[in-house]
Amino acid sequence: MKSSEKHTITALVEDRAGVLNRISSMFRRRGYNISSLAVGKSESAGLSRMTFVVDGDAKTVEMVVKNLHKLVEVIKVADISEENAVSRELALIRVKCDVATRSEIMQIVDIFRAKIVDVSQDTLIVEVTGNEDKVNSLVDLLDTFGVFEVMRTGTVAMSRGASFEQDKSANSPRILENAS
Amino acid sequence: MIKKGSQIVCESLLREGCNVVFGIPGGAILPLYQALPEYPGLRHILTRHEQGASLAADGYARVTGKPGVAFATSGPGATNLVTGIATAQMDSVPLVIVTGQVNSWTIGSDAFQETDITGITLPVTKHNFLVMDASDIASSIKEAFHIANTGRPGPVLVDIPRDVFVQEVEYEEPGELNLPGYSPNFSGHSGQIRKAANLINESEKPVIIAGHGVIISKAYDELKELAEKAQIPVITTLLGISCFPEDHVLWTGWPGMHGMAYSSFTIEEADLVIALGMRFDDRITGNPSKFALNSKKIHIDVDPSEIGKNIAVDVPIVGDVKEVLSRMNTHVVAATHPSWLKRIDVLKKDHPSLNIPETSKLLARQVVKDISDETKGGATIVTGVGQHQMWAAQHYRFKKPCTFLTSGGSGTMGYEVPAAMGAQVADPDSTVWSIAGDGGFQMTLCELATIAENKLPVKFAILNNGFLGMVRQWQEIFFDSSYVSTAYTGNPDFVRLAEAYGIKGIRVTDKTQVKTAIAEAMDHDGPVVVDFIVEQEENVYPMIPSGMTVYDMIEEPVPEKVTT
Repeated sequence: MKSSEKHTITALVEDRAGVLNRISSMFRRRGYNISSLAVGKSESAGLSRMTFVVDGDAKTVEMVVKNLHKLVEVIKVADISEENAVSRELALIRVKCDVATRSEIMQIVDIFRAKIVDVSQDTLIVEVTGNEDKVNSLVDLLDTFGVFEVMRTGTVAMSRGASFEQDKSANSPRILENAS
Repeated sequence: MIKKGSQIVCESLLREGCNVVFGIPGGAILPLYQALPEYPGLRHILTRHEQGASLAADGYARVTGKPGVAFATSGPGATNLVTGIATAQMDSVPLVIVTGQVNSWTIGSDAFQETDITGITLPVTKHNFLVMDASDIASSIKEAFHIANTGRPGPVLVDIPRDVFVQEVEYEEPGELNLPGYSPNFSGHSGQIRKAANLINESEKPVIIAGHGVIISKAYDELKELAEKAQIPVITTLLGISCFPEDHVLWTGWPGMHGMAYSSFTIEEADLVIALGMRFDDRITGNPSKFALNSKKIHIDVDPSEIGKNIAVDVPIVGDVKEVLSRMNTHVVAATHPSWLKRIDVLKKDHPSLNIPETSKLLARQVVKDISDETKGGATIVTGVGQHQMWAAQHYRFKKPCTFLTSGGSGTMGYEVPAAMGAQVADPDSTVWSIAGDGGFQMTLCELATIAENKLPVKFAILNNGFLGMVRQWQEIFFDSSYVSTAYTGNPDFVRLAEAYGIKGIRVTDKTQVKTAIAEAMDHDGPVVVDFIVEQEENVYPMIPSGMTVYDMIEEPVPEKVTT
């Protein structure tokens, strides 16, 4: 694997038209690899939070963080790979199943603390939440029965403990005062 | 007070100190143009091509240090600006571009002359805006100027739909800036500044590489103080040229692909590189993994994303060069480096890269040297890109700061005509010489009409070798002289062409006529085009092939013995 590894970066960004385009354009232009990207509203109105999982060595990730910072609509960036962080992904998996395999699939789903959210004559939809490795393992296992379709959200992440302060500051007037 | 969007644009530009706009009207931006007569404080210069408008704004901005402003209409008007915008982005030049857009309700419908210009310019602007409501115009333009000209400067584009120009709204002065994600750091970290000063104090063979950042932050005095206090030789980058007087004993040229050999060797032998407002471009480093391996490096730049991008550095300092130097200088102790300076003298003697061979032929280099002598190093020199650009940088001896305008990062041919025009508008009393190639000149020569119309006394020296000279040189050296598509056999008669625009034209075919022609051009009140028919196959030396090291340098072959 050399020094290439996955890094988790979170960013607080203005919720405006074109911001995602600006960010993805920067990644494409500089040749950085996004392995997953998740976006959603944050706790503050008008601001979104993004979680990127980026492939690359430490230097690449440092440049990703710096170039994200440079974008005017990006307010905060943090590389939380080294931190004690919670990271989760949700996946929906459509699996082939029949009377013979249904109970075995249900057992596996149970072990992964996943859920069956839809059943049809010959398929099941499984919903699973966990880190990327857990989702990968479940998909691999279910593949022995035949996976028709996988839909994943990409990782969202939040560092434990101290991050609460950081999140609060996003909401406080302090961050707006910083606008020179 | 109720105002139209178009009036708010003009009011906002005036408030930001803008008084010159380069541009061309068209359908979508027409309402803005129709408001201009109400604002005589905004001088509009009608260019002949939108690329001319963005490049002229670039030249204007480099000379004044204020954002250059350009207007264009939607669609092709806006896309024609793009080369100028990209040029400004690469060289950190502040521009504020206002483009007209199709009516807001037709955006996305492929309406006539619609193009997604904010999308197109996204990777080549520092930031851009699409303003969908006239009440947002004032704040957007205020933010545009602030972003364009703070931190590392760059172009900002403001796209405004036609209906928003005519929309009437209650006009209020813009309030405080609301840019929570934008706060460039100017000051520099005190601990790092101290560390850098310590490295300088310990160094026996220090060298400064001064880049465009020194000019942008006007850190001329601080640079001089540092250099003189600790007797440190000063090398500039191509865009740093003129930030340090070239008749100063510590001036040590400029390095890299076509820079002076001794400058490149000085960097290789130094034990400390002090990089100021520069970005270790590949034209300087060659192979970055083999660049200046004997030295520690201090890197001062206002853009954190430049630190560690190309070259690993020992002491990075994020901050404005002027601010950081003024603080760092107090920690630097006076020193002399006699043996190091002596060593550089030896390098200079061993690698005499700036000799002009004695010949009866008309060499392009000789023309630059003569312009340098005739203007006493005090003119503003604007170049295009290629051989003539390198000769201008090598053989003009700049004595005044901020007098060399060239497209460094982007390498935009044709820069020499509109940018010279912008430079002359910026400083009407200055002597502006555009040193042009016959290739680049033909890319933007339509602006001769603008120059004639506005009576701008720009002097053009076309170093006419009938070739895309630099490309031909690469073909000679790397492709066995196979000159594919580089000969310009259909060049116009540039003298008659100039005359067709009502501009004085002079042709020089012989070495002996050069000085008289330059003097004649300078004596003439208005613009002049001097067509110097120079040697066709003269090469630029030295040359470090792309991606190689200083030790792979090709120096000029021993000059041929020719009697005059």
